[in-house]
Amino acid sequence: MHELSIVLSIIDEIGEESEVRGLNKVEVVHLKIGVFSGVDRKALIFAWELACEGTSLDHTRLDIETVPLIIHCAVCRQDRTPPSLYQLCCPECDTPSETIVSGRELEVVSLEVAA
Amino acid sequence: MSTRIVELRAKVMKQNDLLARALRERFETAGIIVVSLVSSPGSGKTAFLEKILGGLAPDFRVAALVGDLATENDAARLKRATANVRQITTGTICHLDAQMIEAALEGWQLDSLDFLFIENVGNLVCPSSYDLGEELRFVLLSATEGEDKPLKYPTIFNSSDVAVITKMDMAEAAEFDVAAARRNIESVRPRMQIYEVSAKTGSGMQDVFQLLRNKLAHSPEDRLASSN
Repeated sequence: MHELSIVLSIIDEIGEESEVRGLNKVEVVHLKIGVFSGVDRKALIFAWELACEGTSLDHTRLDIETVPLIIHCAVCRQDRTPPSLYQLCCPECDTPSETIVSGRELEVVSLEVAA
Repeated sequence: MSTRIVELRAKVMKQNDLLARALRERFETAGIIVVSLVSSPGSGKTAFLEKILGGLAPDFRVAALVGDLATENDAARLKRATANVRQITTGTICHLDAQMIEAALEGWQLDSLDFLFIENVGNLVCPSSYDLGEELRFVLLSATEGEDKPLKYPTIFNSSDVAVITKMDMAEAAEFDVAAARRNIESVRPRMQIYEVSAKTGSGMQDVFQLLRNKLAHSPEDRLASSN
């Protein structure tokens, strides 16, 4: 359960940006989380609520876009969705692939702030 | 109430990644090979590391950082092989991060070392998100665990560079199917290098020593030195 550490990093990032840009109350935080990032969505939301309670981010909502795992198949020369997170091979030709195109993301995309 | 969108596109791990990159540059400049070890608790990281340190210590200058939530027990064990051992006690934190590594290195002359090993907290989930600036990440899987562990924890196996199957001396008693374990590792990390070792009998350790020696021989500093 390292989601609390992750949440604290997100809060730091928001705090810095808010200060630099002079932002009003943050209503929604849009995140991108890859299924291969090692971060659990539910645990992240739980940690978020816990960490924000009683702060200026109280009641700020997390909006999480889940990014699927995509690999590149060198044989088909196509980006493909592998059969599962534990079978990193092309679903068409079965060729194993170590080239991950997406799925590792852990990113604060944008903030929705009071105008 | 009206809102407006502020684009950030910021990596959540930005601070850790920046620090890890700075560490990696320091390690490269110092010509030191840094290897981290991850595994579930009880897979034999410390026993493996004791053998590694003991095997390398006569010929190379070695050091180790070892992470645990509590106790200095592992550092005490490893100090039998080299004096350059520091324990990082994380309290309740389930992983090491780049900042802990930087703090733990305080006062060490990196350019007077050849190898630094970082034993992470026993955990197959959280350490995968944290770059420590290491050159190689070893993931350990013991013969007394299930062969399907790589399938259950694909993220950490995929984020590692080398897999080490430990406690091979117990494989037969545990009815461990090594071929299945290898298949599973390759399924989550195609073409991964896999070593089968026993820290107890020493079997397979020579191959790991060879890998490490080759790494040092090919480090950027040595390449630079040989071209001069």
